[in-house]
Amino acid sequence: MELSTKELLKWSAEVKLRQKSKQEARFEHGHRMCAGCGAPTVVKMVLMATEYPVVVSNATGCLEVSSCIQDYTAWKVPWIHTAFENAAATLAGVETMYRALRKRESGKSSPAENVKFIAFGGDGGTYDIGLQSLSGAMERGHDMLYVCYDNGAYMNTGIQRSSATPLGADTTTSPIGSANPGGKLQSRKDLTRIMAAHGIPYAAQASPSHWLDLMTKVKKAHEIKGPKFINILSPCNRGWRTATDNSIEISRLAVETCYWPLYEVEDGKLRVTVIPEEKKPADLFLKPQGRFKHLFAPENEAFLKKVQGEIDRVWEGLLKESAASAETGNRAG
Amino acid sequence: MGKIVAVTGNEAVANALRQADPDVCSLYPITPQTDIVQRFSSFVSNGVVKTELLNAESEHSAMSAAIGAAAAGGRVITATSSQGMALMWEMLHIASGMNLPIIMPLVNRALSAPLNIHGDHSDGMGARDTGWIQLWSESAQEAYDNTIMAFRIGEHMDIRLPVMVCMDGFIVSHSIARMEYLEDEEVKNFIGPYAPKNPLLDIEHPKSFGPLILTDLYHEYKRLQHEIMGRVKGVALKVSDEFAKISGRKYGLFEAYRLEDAEIALVILNSAAGTSKDVVDELRDKGIKAGLLKPRLFRPFPYEEVGEALAHLKAVCVMDRADSFGGYGPMFMEISSAMYQNVGTGRKPKLINKIYGLGGRDYMPHDARQVLLELHEIAGGAPVRVVKEYIGVRE
Repeated sequence: MELSTKELLKWSAEVKLRQKSKQEARFEHGHRMCAGCGAPTVVKMVLMATEYPVVVSNATGCLEVSSCIQDYTAWKVPWIHTAFENAAATLAGVETMYRALRKRESGKSSPAENVKFIAFGGDGGTYDIGLQSLSGAMERGHDMLYVCYDNGAYMNTGIQRSSATPLGADTTTSPIGSANPGGKLQSRKDLTRIMAAHGIPYAAQASPSHWLDLMTKVKKAHEIKGPKFINILSPCNRGWRTATDNSIEISRLAVETCYWPLYEVEDGKLRVTVIPEEKKPADLFLKPQGRFKHLFAPENEAFLKKVQGEIDRVWEGLLKESAASAETGNRAG
Repeated sequence: MGKIVAVTGNEAVANALRQADPDVCSLYPITPQTDIVQRFSSFVSNGVVKTELLNAESEHSAMSAAIGAAAAGGRVITATSSQGMALMWEMLHIASGMNLPIIMPLVNRALSAPLNIHGDHSDGMGARDTGWIQLWSESAQEAYDNTIMAFRIGEHMDIRLPVMVCMDGFIVSHSIARMEYLEDEEVKNFIGPYAPKNPLLDIEHPKSFGPLILTDLYHEYKRLQHEIMGRVKGVALKVSDEFAKISGRKYGLFEAYRLEDAEIALVILNSAAGTSKDVVDELRDKGIKAGLLKPRLFRPFPYEEVGEALAHLKAVCVMDRADSFGGYGPMFMEISSAMYQNVGTGRKPKLINKIYGLGGRDYMPHDARQVLLELHEIAGGAPVRVVKEYIGVRE
């Protein structure tokens, strides 16, 4: 790591969101994301967390179609979009060219030092159609950070289920109906763990409600050479059928109910970074969302229990693993 | 002065790529192209080139990475065949739409199903409308020469488009032929250093690549692509003139073989043109005025020049090593379009179309002879029996 753990802790302790928000924005206002969308907040936080020059690759999706429409762009950093399934492969190409040109040291035309490479993709472009491209880029060891803004469905095309869609969600391609009162019948793919299983130096899960946790993770990721992956919850009021003024509140509930655990896997060691003081029942996260309304009908009682059971199972597993890594760490230390 | 060697088409092309010393090579193996990227990887491992290799996990990612690398601001190569090109198809349009001069040898191979690894032109013809410049090559020498010239054409500041250099799978890619290499230094000077245009890595001047463009401007963008393609012929000829000075080999938009005083002719691409030229000679010896036209620049297609070159003929057979099922062969459609401008002037030969050599089926001298003799009859007044027909079929 270029920045020591001590320096990172110092940065976390001193950083102020108000002060951060005064620095020049690298993702500007004027984009056309929906009112109340979580994604622009996520992008701002990610870009705010580093002072290094960055180059961004963006998968096709809400963020991409709403942030760069000829002749306007909300991006004040170099930005490239090529297609849906390949934000990772595209950025891998950019990063490889960066290394090639730096190696040639062609003087004046040589690119700047310490450029960081960030890819942004939604869950459709990351969990589903872009998984192969992402997996390949991680395996090849490109020095890049892939950020998935996970809103749990194909929102850009109109709320179709993806492999990130949670169990029980009502989407336009897993709609509730007389023959299917449950909505989506399958559990989410655990992508963060899948990425960690690639043996990459850093994988994490974050939420915009816990901005310091999120920004510290991004900051840390940029100090690590090699491929990094951060999965960030990104509320979508259109798809989740929530109000337009509560994306931070709803993402906080996702963390407090342990639906969206905050953790990191660094060099194979898992650490839960935020443990809620009191683990709230899943209902508190599910109930405000129209996509889960049917789960509260009496006939879906068992299904609702299954949803809670799933959350508990994953959370307990993470806690156990986190404790085990801490213990190994202590012993080693 | 060049060096005479006996090499395969793949080896020749790999050496042209080595001499260009690109910044990034993204790659993925596929028969019969694999040999090119293997050889190139070995150049990298042995420090013969300064290139960074990117071993992609699919051709889709290989082309995506090539696009990212080219946008970043350096010289980029990759290579593919058949299914690989089919998987890249989405990204081929994006490479050309973003004006990125990526150079890609395409070792022509049949498309599945049924699965077949041998040479035909289905892959290249399927990429016809992707906005790439296409150069086709008869031999290892032509594939080598075209690869070198491709850098100059694609990277030309008035063009900035990706170029695919096509050669026949196995027949050329894996057959050893006598050819001439140019000196490394000569090629280096001929191609010159890469000149970036709006590089993404220019951090001080951020650019946005790949915006959303809707009904207000998309149409204009596409017309611009059309206009840029219109400049390619001129640049290709100029590059060819310069290339002739260092190599002694002169290339046109197409090759006209004994065509000037011919009455009948074949239009035929790539390696099969070589076989056909022998038969043209044989018939000439018998007093039949046969000739041949071998397209080189297929995209953009030189309609006017080809139309003019074939106008005086009595009968022409367009030979297609690919089919557009339910339509005529893809080359036949081009030649028909080229000839249509001559309607009303009387300068229009009778046209027939033969589909040959799919999936690597041998194309033999007797195939060429049979077709030319049929043309001879048509030229003598016999009616056209059938416009499109498969030849060399096992019944």
